[in-house]
Amino acid sequence: MNGQQGHHGHRGQDQHGPHGPRARGRQPYGKRVRGRPPVRDGAPDGPGADAGTGTGGPRPRRTRWLPSVRAWARQGAAPPEPPVAARAGSTVASAHGLTVRHGDRTVLHGVELSLAAGELLALVGPNGAGKSTLLAALAGDLAPDAGEARLGDRRCLDWPAPELALRRAVLPQSAELAFPFTVEEVVRMGRAPWAGTDAEDEDAEAVAEAMADTEVGEFAGRPFSSLSGGERARVALARVLAQRAPVLLLDEPTAALDLRHQELVLRLCRERAAEGTAVAVVLHDLGLAAAYADRAAVLDGGRVALDGPPDEVFTAEALSRIYQQPVEVVRHPRTAARLVLPVRDRRDG
Amino acid sequence: MTTEPRAPAGRERQDGPARPTGRGGADERDREDAPDPAGERESAGEPDRSTGPERPAVPEQRTVPERSAAPDVYAVRDTAPVPEALPPRAKAPSLPRTRRTPAAVLTVALVVALAVLTLVSVGSGAYAIPLTDVLDSLLHRAGLGGAPLDRVGESVLWDVRLPRVVLGALVGASLGCAGALMQGMFGNPLAEPGVIGISSGAAVGAVASIALGLSFLGDWTVAACAFTSGLATVLVVYVLSRSGGRTEVVTLILTGIAVNAFAGALIGLFLFFADNAALTQITFWQLGSLAQATWPKVLAVLPCALIGLLLAPRYARRLDLLALGERPARHLGVDVERLRLALVLVVALLTAAAVAVAGVITFVGLLVPHLLRMAAGPGHRFLVPGSALGGAVVLVAADLTARTAVAPAELPLGVLTALIGSPFFFWLLRRTRRRQGGWA
Repeated sequence: MNGQQGHHGHRGQDQHGPHGPRARGRQPYGKRVRGRPPVRDGAPDGPGADAGTGTGGPRPRRTRWLPSVRAWARQGAAPPEPPVAARAGSTVASAHGLTVRHGDRTVLHGVELSLAAGELLALVGPNGAGKSTLLAALAGDLAPDAGEARLGDRRCLDWPAPELALRRAVLPQSAELAFPFTVEEVVRMGRAPWAGTDAEDEDAEAVAEAMADTEVGEFAGRPFSSLSGGERARVALARVLAQRAPVLLLDEPTAALDLRHQELVLRLCRERAAEGTAVAVVLHDLGLAAAYADRAAVLDGGRVALDGPPDEVFTAEALSRIYQQPVEVVRHPRTAARLVLPVRDRRDG
Repeated sequence: MTTEPRAPAGRERQDGPARPTGRGGADERDREDAPDPAGERESAGEPDRSTGPERPAVPEQRTVPERSAAPDVYAVRDTAPVPEALPPRAKAPSLPRTRRTPAAVLTVALVVALAVLTLVSVGSGAYAIPLTDVLDSLLHRAGLGGAPLDRVGESVLWDVRLPRVVLGALVGASLGCAGALMQGMFGNPLAEPGVIGISSGAAVGAVASIALGLSFLGDWTVAACAFTSGLATVLVVYVLSRSGGRTEVVTLILTGIAVNAFAGALIGLFLFFADNAALTQITFWQLGSLAQATWPKVLAVLPCALIGLLLAPRYARRLDLLALGERPARHLGVDVERLRLALVLVVALLTAAAVAVAGVITFVGLLVPHLLRMAAGPGHRFLVPGSALGGAVVLVAADLTARTAVAPAELPLGVLTALIGSPFFFWLLRRTRRRQGGWA
């Protein structure tokens, strides 16, 4: 990860500033300094924790020109309340007895799952196991038929949309765009939830960083519609990263990506998790999941069949049963990470 | 269970042990052929890390002879010398811009065009008024000096031409703005108010009031009826196309088609009952015209149009997000359902205002946002107000042409816009499609 420093010279730029007095009682989540997670380095938690705002004193709020006109052009409503940073390891999103039906097909059967701040959770399982549905329920996209999905201290459905957008970012499986916005404009859309909050000031930085992280800077000015599938996927990811929400829900972020970018994406997820973000990723590549995830939840037929560190739950027996495909699990000789491979005949001749 | 991992073992068994793998020899062919090492393999049925699988029945059989010192076996690894860090890719922090006309330039150009067109339009016609006289009279009325024209000139300018131009600008602005909103709302550059039945719904009210000879609101009767029926249509379409708390675009459009058919039938019914005079009036109204423009008519439209035009820019940012799709927009904090409802109402307001006074004028709402999007990009913060401005320019120009092209006769405005608009639109379609490689 050291090599990434070259990309992120702006990170840690604030390290020398004395911690100024708190300008506001509450820590706006978006103000945290990337790379130095407030939840890990600073006082454990609480509104008084002063980690992460070492900006050399409170930044003056930007002068608002014609505030009434701006508010009118925006939404007229007061800006939503930014979330408070969660303590690492504390549960930030969870599903309790979550049951979802599509028509008469039950997609999720009483799923129990929790996602903690600072954790990278891989959701794996065969097609149709309910991974995306689970992610959608956690994102607050659908109303469960029984049980509940919680985010923070409320049910997902109880959050107003603007507040929810500050608390979780979602990468959909396919990235579409109705009009030919440029790549940069698309990434900038990820900052929309922060409009009107203090964190609006870091819009430019967040966009630039997300674009650099996902390596989409080189086509910043091109229309999204002119990109290839993999490039689109990375732009969509950049948009989600720019949102800087404390919970990241990614649905198959690596599906369309080449080898390099698959690794890049998972490394980014790791990085975010290390900074205190809770990351849930739907993956099909079990090797990737084993190499990067803290925890893996294997879904099977709408139930969580296995839940635990990949080293413990990725066993050949269980995976063979769940995927209905004989697999073997080998350890990588150098990293000792688990590699999951289908059992194949050797090709003779 | 079909997942028995030992299935292939039998066949593999013969040559498995014979292979001299794991000699530490570093040639690549060896590595490729080498089956997985036994030492680090985990077999089915052994859930945890198994250092030495002892069970004979599992596929170890087909692999190498057991060796415990596995890591050395892999000295053959074909790993490229991995640098500590991946090579940094070329970055473009400067964020190059596309060749789009800046919105400010376009705005200024449109405002200038509108001003010039207005001056030309009020001065030209059967009774020509020189530009200087027009300016003099305008300045005079504004109390900034100047001088009034003679009685006829003053009357032509202020009672005939100016209300017509203002009405044209209002109708055009409403149509352009409504088109931009609709296209953003449906995420489809081909959407327009007619699609979901608003235009024909409003037309039903207008036709009914003419055919039945209603006059309970004086000059405002037609406008009021058109607005009422237009709004009712939108609400019906909206309620019918909702299911499970949300509206799918396809359902909405299909419902719009059904409503269009029903509205067409109603219009036909009213035509059947109308007398000859009303028939003529309706026919010309349907073709679209500003010929009957008066200040009271302007006043009748003004509230609807103004409210709609002032409300519309509020939704620009959310429309941008809606381009990502409904779910992503919700993920970014947009209350999609409420946005859709608000947009439907605003669009109804704008469309009804336009239809009530000017009949069915097509393609302005389709063409103007489309052109502006090509010129300045799809961002709605410019597109929505810009389309209003552009629509006004287009309609004032079209009306000027309709009045003067075949003078002393007058072309129906709706016919003119459709005549010029549709071939142009076909051309745009093909061109844009070729360039973008599709619409989505």
